[in-house]
Amino acid sequence: MPTSSEYDPDSLPDLLPLYYRRLFPFSQYYRWLYYGGVQKNYFQNREFSFTLKDDIYVRYQSFSSQAELEKEIQKMNPYKIDIGAVYSHKPNQHNTVKSGTFHALEKELVFDIDMTDYDDVRTCCSAADICSKCWTLMTIAIRILDRALRDDFGFQHLLWVYSGRRGVHCWVCDEAARKLSVAARSAVAEYLTLVKGGEETVKKVVLTDPIHPFIRKSLDVVEKYFTDYAHEQAILGHNKSVDKVLALVPEEVRQVLQKDFQSEKTPEKRWDLIKAKASMKKGDDKKQQYFQEEIMLQYCYPRLDVNVSKGVNHLLKSPFSVHPKTGRISVPIDLKELDKFDPFAVPTISLICEELDQPRTGEKESEDKKEKENENNATERRKIRDYKRTSLAKYVKYFDQFLDGIACTWKGELLKKSDLQKQF
Amino acid sequence: MEFSGRKRKIHTSPHAEHYAHALQFYEQPPTENICLSEFETFAVDRVKLLKTVENLGLSYVKMSDDYNKKLNNEAKVLNFPYRPDSSQCGPTDNDRRRKDHISHFILRLAYCQTEDLRRWFIQQEVDLFRYRFNDLGREQKLEFLHRNNLQYNAISDKEKVALKDQLISSSYGLSGVTIEHQDFYKVPFQDALDLVRARKVYLQAGYVYIPHQDIITIVLNDFRTKLSKALALTARSLPAVHSDERLQPLLNHLSHAYVGQDYSFQKNVGKISLEQIDSLSGKSYPLCMRQLHQAVRENHHLRHGGRMQYGLFLKGIGLSLEQALQFWKSEFIRGKVDADKFDKAYAYSIRHMFGKEGKRTDYTPYSCMKVILSNPPSQGDHHGCPFRHSDPELLKQKLQFYKVSPSGIEQILELVKGMHYQLACQKYFELTHNIEESNFSLNHPNQYFIESQRVLSGGKDIKREMETPQRLQENSAGSTAAREAANASQDLAGMTDLDSIFQDP
Repeated sequence: MPTSSEYDPDSLPDLLPLYYRRLFPFSQYYRWLYYGGVQKNYFQNREFSFTLKDDIYVRYQSFSSQAELEKEIQKMNPYKIDIGAVYSHKPNQHNTVKSGTFHALEKELVFDIDMTDYDDVRTCCSAADICSKCWTLMTIAIRILDRALRDDFGFQHLLWVYSGRRGVHCWVCDEAARKLSVAARSAVAEYLTLVKGGEETVKKVVLTDPIHPFIRKSLDVVEKYFTDYAHEQAILGHNKSVDKVLALVPEEVRQVLQKDFQSEKTPEKRWDLIKAKASMKKGDDKKQQYFQEEIMLQYCYPRLDVNVSKGVNHLLKSPFSVHPKTGRISVPIDLKELDKFDPFAVPTISLICEELDQPRTGEKESEDKKEKENENNATERRKIRDYKRTSLAKYVKYFDQFLDGIACTWKGELLKKSDLQKQF
Repeated sequence: MEFSGRKRKIHTSPHAEHYAHALQFYEQPPTENICLSEFETFAVDRVKLLKTVENLGLSYVKMSDDYNKKLNNEAKVLNFPYRPDSSQCGPTDNDRRRKDHISHFILRLAYCQTEDLRRWFIQQEVDLFRYRFNDLGREQKLEFLHRNNLQYNAISDKEKVALKDQLISSSYGLSGVTIEHQDFYKVPFQDALDLVRARKVYLQAGYVYIPHQDIITIVLNDFRTKLSKALALTARSLPAVHSDERLQPLLNHLSHAYVGQDYSFQKNVGKISLEQIDSLSGKSYPLCMRQLHQAVRENHHLRHGGRMQYGLFLKGIGLSLEQALQFWKSEFIRGKVDADKFDKAYAYSIRHMFGKEGKRTDYTPYSCMKVILSNPPSQGDHHGCPFRHSDPELLKQKLQFYKVSPSGIEQILELVKGMHYQLACQKYFELTHNIEESNFSLNHPNQYFIESQRVLSGGKDIKREMETPQRLQENSAGSTAAREAANASQDLAGMTDLDSIFQDP
């Protein structure tokens, strides 16, 4: 197996047909969006949209079955796939229904966190670039939001997905989440938003008494990572970034710290100085006592793109779609392995296509023989097994586990339904 | 809603119903007959009351003393229930309550027609209800809840003790002692979104724990949900109402009364050339637009929120679609976007703004309220209201840079501190235009622009068409469509006077 395969964006049109024909996990994908068939036409009324070559964008695609979905995707070979809402009618017929009656009904509650939104607080990269140093921010974001969505909001089926380049997405798939109104989605998003303000705001986090349990618990998460992160980013190392931090503390504290920093150059000690000042302040000044926490949150607290979460009809890039620029597959992230997750280790389309061409190992050849004995299912089985020979396998396996979890809930629903039917 | 058919017939008994309580949930529509002129007065007065609710909400902190006093006053002047007091239920109280009841249902008819109207109506009615509910005494509140079957589950003392610390740190003004004497209600978080949004309540496993002092939130949620459903139902019965040639123009007129001028009129198209924009941005732009203009000139890019706010403003001051495309393209291609990418990724949304794509809605420029309240700027954004969304220190520097006098800056910052963002902007207008006191009340960036142009041209050569919308604006009497509707219905008693009725005090 090759250790790495350089991805060349120009090769994408050649690789996509292979990917969609032999590797894309259609059966899991359909199993997910079908949601056990609990609600009628849930899959059929779902909007998909495709980005084709030359940024041609086609919205309102919809499919009646897994077979049709496969056929269309294999025909069009989209550069990117987005998933939208479940509508009142089949999205591909939206022009034929009376205007005003076609509207979005349900969708997973989604979150989009993008590294570019942290540009004012990371020193290592900017814009679309990421590195292992700033990836910590995504780890923190996932830890904080995952906890809050589960413990505070009571959701259970959260699918975290690497976007393929510089961010992560979260799909909250619980039935209650899919049914949330626009107002409820925006309330959830605002509850989860602590960093506020644009280019005209310096201090973006302001805490007031009493500190809400949610903020407390988020701070606990940040604290675990902050020291290492601040060290790696050298937040208190260079004059320029030191000024940025000091802009967040009350004026009289700032003057003292500026003086102290003249003689104290090590970042860790400087942070200790800030902490010492903060705990001193806690005694006397009611109003500005939380500046240490505020700094930590402004630097590390997740920055959500609220507008993505608010709209029921907002589209979001689909899991297992390819990122056209990096070639990386949008793969689900197993939170048990979160701290080890490395975005640069996520397979690219060129890598997995290459892996497909590798000669099989002895073990698999013996399986091949069995396959020949049972030729009826041969093609079907080959397709299922193809991805297993690539680095995509572990991500699909995790996706399967996630689906098993959520399948329990719709089994319950289906049972209830059939019980009801017997009664009548 | 079936009262439309009967109610305009000449009266039988106006006091058929007895109103025992000042505060209503408006569950039963009125069934009595009323005469047309009363129908009209009631409706117009309620629009005035709701306008007041809206305006007060913008200039004062809701539920502050000033807010309550002014709202109470307005209710009194307009003959609506004002200090609810169920012990004295004289005939006047009854009349006021009857007016409250009937006028609410009339406005449902007028405001159920579009999404925007519904949203506005619900918002103001909810605010009005909140004020009235708050004004009730403790006993009356409980009695109100009981009478309207609003019952919520209080948690057990055991649960309360277990959650004590969390409850204290999630609610303002609660301590261990007050918690003991207070009931907490456990409801799904979807029923208390305002508290969730502001993190003013403890949230666990999808349920919020609401202290009794905040019970208003759940009541309001009920009120909002019911009203929203009722409006959707009312909308279905509209065709029947619209077939009545006496009611239809009046209802249309009423519903137009809320928006004021929307500055979407295209009369100015082509009056402004792209070369003028830089100098206009210094002279006649409100600060928010000046900031956006500067950002796009400097960065050769603006994110979506900024493009919408500034793009629609430009449309409002008279840029044509072609000019707009040229303006955005010339800037963007100097940045990271090449011409090809611009045509693919951005041109569509600009044509969209002008109603040439998608749903083909002709979008209207954002009002101050929209800029202040919706879609606050985040990282990388330059949009929003500088008075609302800037750090006071940065705002101060900016004003200094724009040569506002130190005393002026102080006045502006004082207004900002009191959350009077529009008044702060108006002060900025007065200071930069050297006028003592402006004779308009600012609520739209495009209004700022028009007023500025008026002042700068010495107020002499102002064309009639510039003045007309302004007059309407102040009357809050709405657009030309409403006037035409009014004119077309001379047979409706009192209709010719309607414009004057709508004048704000």
